[in-house]
Parts: sequence; C-alpha cells; structure tokens
Amino acid sequence: MIPDLGKYADAVLSSYAVSIALIVALVAFSVMRGRKVRAEMEKVEQRMSRNG
Amino acid sequence: MSIAAKANALWEYANPRKFLETSERVLPFFWIVSTICIVVGLIWGFFFTPDDYKQGSTVKIIYLHVPAALMAINCWLMMLATSLVWLVRRHHVSALAARAAAPIGIVMTLIALLTGAIWGQPMWGTWWAWDPRLTSFLILFLFYLGYVALWEAIEDPDTAADLTSVLCLVGSVFAILSRYAVNFWNQGLHQGASVMRAGAVTGADTEEKVSNVFFYPLLACIIGFVLLFIALVLYRTGTEIRARRIKALQARERVGG
Repeated sequence: MIPDLGKYADAVLSSYAVSIALIVALVAFSVMRGRKVRAEMEKVEQRMSRNG
Repeated sequence: MSIAAKANALWEYANPRKFLETSERVLPFFWIVSTICIVVGLIWGFFFTPDDYKQGSTVKIIYLHVPAALMAINCWLMMLATSLVWLVRRHHVSALAARAAAPIGIVMTLIALLTGAIWGQPMWGTWWAWDPRLTSFLILFLFYLGYVALWEAIEDPDTAADLTSVLCLVGSVFAILSRYAVNFWNQGLHQGASVMRAGAVTGADTEEKVSNVFFYPLLACIIGFVLLFIALVLYRTGTEIRARRIKALQARERVGG
C-alpha cells in the first residue's frame, strides 16, 4: 500500500506525521474553543434576559 | 453597482452581526472544499507521483512544505492588511481577524520550519543552516509568538489591538524577506522559487522548475491550504467576536448589578 520510499522513508513519513498532527490539533483546538465560547455567550445572554 | 458602491458594501462586514451571519453561511463550503483539496492533493502526491531523480522520495515533502510556507507568509500579510484597517478605520472585526489568524500563522510557520529541517538533513547534510531564507523564517516565527503574547499581555482590547498592529507593521519586513531573501542574497543553501514564479509555471524561462508531475498535486494542496486558512480565520474570528461580546455583557452586568 505505502510506496517504496527507500532510504528516505523516515524523513518523508515523519514530515507527514508532524504536519498532519499539527493541522488536526489546530482545527480541533479552534472548534473546541469556538463551541465553548458560543455556549458561554448563550448562557450569559439568557441570564441577562431573565434579569431584564 | 459602481466600484465605490461595491467598496462601501465591503464595510458592511465590519458589523459583527453581519460578519457572523455571512461567515456561518459560507463556512461549510470552505471546510468541505479545503478538506477535499488537501486529501486529494496529499494522496495524489504521496501515492501517485514518482521519486525525483536528484532528491529521491523526499520530494514528497514538497506537498506540505511549500503550501505551509506560502500560508505562513500570506497569513502575516493578511494580518498586516487587517491591522491597517484597524489603525485607519477602527473596525473591531478587522483587529479580531488579525488576532484570530496569528495562531494559524504559528502552525504554518512551524510546519514549514520542521518539514524544511527534516528535508534538509538528507539533502544538505544538516538540519539547520543560517541561510537567509531559513533565518528570516525563524524570525517571522518569533514575531508570531511575540504578536500572540502581546495580545495576551494587555488587558484593554483597544490598546492591545493598537500595539499588536504596530508590531505587525514591523514584522512585515520579515514576512517579505522570507519570500524574497533568496533573491537578495544567493549564498544560502535554500533554492530559489521554483513554483510560484510565472516563468516556471508557463515554461517561459529556462531556470530549474517543478515538473508538472509534481506541480498538479502541489497545486491541489496549495488551494486546499488557502481554503483551510480562510475557513479557520472566519471561524476563529467568529469566536473572538463572541468572546468580546461576553466580556461586554459581563461588564454591563457588573455595572447593573
């Protein structure tokens, strides 16, 4: 399945692993913080509308 | 619609509510198309392109290294544009967009530096050299860290936006140097531009250029990275707008209560 990368296999595979991990971590962190902030904003807005 | 009217219509997006409505509508497109482009580009490049006659299989690193380096520089230029909008027109959304983009730039610069080091070791025999392009990229990375640290260190958001905008103007020198360093100083190890050069793409010049076998999957990856960057900036700017609204509401609560 994986093409024959020869003597540079470590360099190629580690480049892909590091890059993909960093991109996935960036997206995951952004989405998690986005959801948390959105939920908190809704909570604050509800509390304010209840208190007038 | 005249050009002036179109330009004025653009400022509508400085309204946080309008920005959030529009970004929520277009975000699914950017998430989906960017993922498709990156996945297709990487699978195409990794599995279906041959080894380079000089660099062997390490040429496959190009599909991550070049798009990440491109976005590292262009992210800073986008931050420069939005910082200038903040300094001139005082639109909060533009300052928050610059803040939202900085961590993306950090990750892109880090990917470019790491994949460059991993690629450089077998090709140049060293992980690192104080080459003009590598050094200017490292300085750009440090500017990104300083920019984020400055936002975090200052409590008043308008003062933070002012100071980070000035830092962004100064750092732009290194963003531009990162792109053109190889043209100014040719004693470094890093090669000159072989992809984003008009003559290289059209075949009009005779200098070394990327073969079409490698170019098309690389183009897919570059488009994917650009779209992913837009998706992340829109999403993260929305988060920053909401975080700012929370602070404003909490301040109002404290005054009222």
